Amino acid sequence: MPLLWLFLLVLAIALAAFVLARSRVLAMSGQDRRTLHSLPNYYGSNAAMKSAIPALLVLVVWLIAQPFYVNSVVSDAIPDSAIADTSSRSLLLAEVRRAADGIDLAVSAGAMTEAEARDPDADVETMTATLTEAGAIVTSQITQSVLSAAQQFRVLNDTGYRIMTIAVLLIAAAGAFWGIKETRPDFRARNVVEQGIRVLLIAAASIAILTTLGIVLSLVFNTVEFFRLYPASDFFFGTNWAPSFSGRGGASDLGILPLLWGTFYISIVALVVAVPVGLFSAIYLSEYASPKVRAFAKPMLEVLAGIPTIVYGLFALLTVGPLLVSVFGDEGLGWMQAGTAVMTAGLVMGIMLIPFVSSLSDDIINAVPQAMRDGSYGLGATQSETIRQVVLPAALPGIVGAILLAASRAIGETMIVVLGAGAAARLSLNPFDAMTTVTAKIVSQLTGDSDFASPEALVAFALGMTLFVITLGLNVFALYIVRKYREQYE
Amino acid sequence: MYDTSHHRQETAVTDVKIKAKDVQVYYGDNHAIKDVSVEIENNTVTAFIGPSGCGKSTFLRCLNRMNDTIDICRVEGDILIDGNDIYDKRVDPVQLRAKVGMVFQKPNPFPKSIYDNIAYGPRIHGMARNKAELDEIVERALRRGAIWDEVKDRLNAPGTGLSGGQQQRLCIARAVATEPEVLLMDEPCSALDPIATAQVEELIDELRQNYAVVIVTHSMQQAARVSQKTAFFHLGNLVEYDDTSKIFTNPEDSRTESYITGRIG
Repeated sequence: MPLLWLFLLVLAIALAAFVLARSRVLAMSGQDRRTLHSLPNYYGSNAAMKSAIPALLVLVVWLIAQPFYVNSVVSDAIPDSAIADTSSRSLLLAEVRRAADGIDLAVSAGAMTEAEARDPDADVETMTATLTEAGAIVTSQITQSVLSAAQQFRVLNDTGYRIMTIAVLLIAAAGAFWGIKETRPDFRARNVVEQGIRVLLIAAASIAILTTLGIVLSLVFNTVEFFRLYPASDFFFGTNWAPSFSGRGGASDLGILPLLWGTFYISIVALVVAVPVGLFSAIYLSEYASPKVRAFAKPMLEVLAGIPTIVYGLFALLTVGPLLVSVFGDEGLGWMQAGTAVMTAGLVMGIMLIPFVSSLSDDIINAVPQAMRDGSYGLGATQSETIRQVVLPAALPGIVGAILLAASRAIGETMIVVLGAGAAARLSLNPFDAMTTVTAKIVSQLTGDSDFASPEALVAFALGMTLFVITLGLNVFALYIVRKYREQYE
Repeated sequence: MYDTSHHRQETAVTDVKIKAKDVQVYYGDNHAIKDVSVEIENNTVTAFIGPSGCGKSTFLRCLNRMNDTIDICRVEGDILIDGNDIYDKRVDPVQLRAKVGMVFQKPNPFPKSIYDNIAYGPRIHGMARNKAELDEIVERALRRGAIWDEVKDRLNAPGTGLSGGQQQRLCIARAVATEPEVLLMDEPCSALDPIATAQVEELIDELRQNYAVVIVTHSMQQAARVSQKTAFFHLGNLVEYDDTSKIFTNPEDSRTESYITGRIG
């Protein structure tokens, strides 16, 4: 039975439970609905909840667990001798899966019967020919062990899904029965449904947290694997970044310092652009602009935040880079060799960050109570004195938080760097040199045909981990600052 | 505390500090103040009373041009301080506000230290040439605000950490520090408990020796306790303006009598 049908069937059972429980409690209450503890719909929801949720949970867990079980059983059944000519057990298992898929395809296309597919004495040659004819992707001649493993794989999966269907339906029916059975006028269905909603909310929250945890763990394991292959001190203190790909000879230099330097240099240029412009525009918008101007200008500024970063990258590559070259290049001051440089990427990234800084700062400045301004005006202060000496100090923690958030955004930015700053990892003070960042290098280490077990590929995880720790630190620090000073004027 | 019998009636020797003539205030199309003419005397506490929305706060804010910060507000008529029109084009409202201090309904200390709160005005107006002079100004203001003894050991603590009553006295001291000639108070005790209120009222009576004090209040007992002159506002009109003792014992207008006896408002 296809999965969708099973799912719909469970929902149908739940719906039936809803209707039955609702009508049962209405019948039990007689004419006077006030004798019911909860509204009739709550009794229905309770029954529906009890029938659908456990059944769907079992369904999900089963779907996740079954492939693991089947794989391990099939893997155990393959004799070690069969693996000798292929490189590893996992590759052989992939072939088994492909063969099983091929047999499925052939059966559904009518090229062979189910009985033929399951025939343990089937001839390998004819089987391969049939599969190729049916259009299944079988790369080479199937061996006897792969064929029998594939047949076992199919049988196990088939049985598994059959048991699962029955189990899920039974659980749904049992839940429905339980829910209907406990439906009595004095049953507190409303409270039970509330509990159910709470569990739902908790589940949603845990998904986000668990995903974060999963990402961190995958980073950690791969990072540990990398440090087993490559010394940590060379990674953290090496000043040279020169990975050598695909065994052209010579070991790779994988020092993070040039990348970190590029990251910080570009981020600093970006912040030098974004912080003053963003802050000043926030001050203008919140303190000086008339409501009309504000209603128009603020959304316009926030449009900047909606532009995809790849578009900013194109802007850097096609507009800002050539513009800078014409001023600072060979025909001008002679400091710049090509359009891709720290300055190019930094300027464009700064423009990207302006709405971050201005929008957050604007909200924070607006949150400073009017009483502060009145108090200052009442003492004979001008508007700019009031802003400088009262409003900004009161808003400062929030503004610092906004700047730190913008900084972590700048550190994690990739596309603008790839297109605007070049790909050369180098330690240089000249802002018109091409440099690159951690994120851009992660991309170049993982794209292309690389062996995932080599330090050249695994270094991407170590880079990602380092970046993650840095931005996490910045975010935590930003939140700490914001929290510590938040209620100062209340 | 100060019942009417204790009032020293010094109106005979005082001179007129603020003279308002035919003042009209509009908020957009709303005519908020109608034909108000009043003469506020020096070294006197003048109380503005009246029901909510009667325009007494609005009129108070005209006296130091705080209404200028509201875009839709328009003021007509003459308001003279020491004979000079404060709405004249040559008058800088910022300079005017240094001369006419204001204390607000809710204590609003800046999120700075106690010292910096007081020093804010003097610094802006360049009243001190060096740190020693500034220290002196801060101490004098805190003493006049009757809060020196409570805060002298923690001048660097944040002003927002004080209790409500202390905060309001700090705000009064802050207004006093710029050496104003007139002190406007917009319901200065409405956010305070009775004990803090008593302290602030005591302070107001002391301040009267140096300033013309104008206080807006919702509490008729407070007006009776602290003021020598009282103005009763109703629906944007100044209904009656006279000695406090006369207003509360023998008002001329029936509306005033209705208000102070609690029949309207």
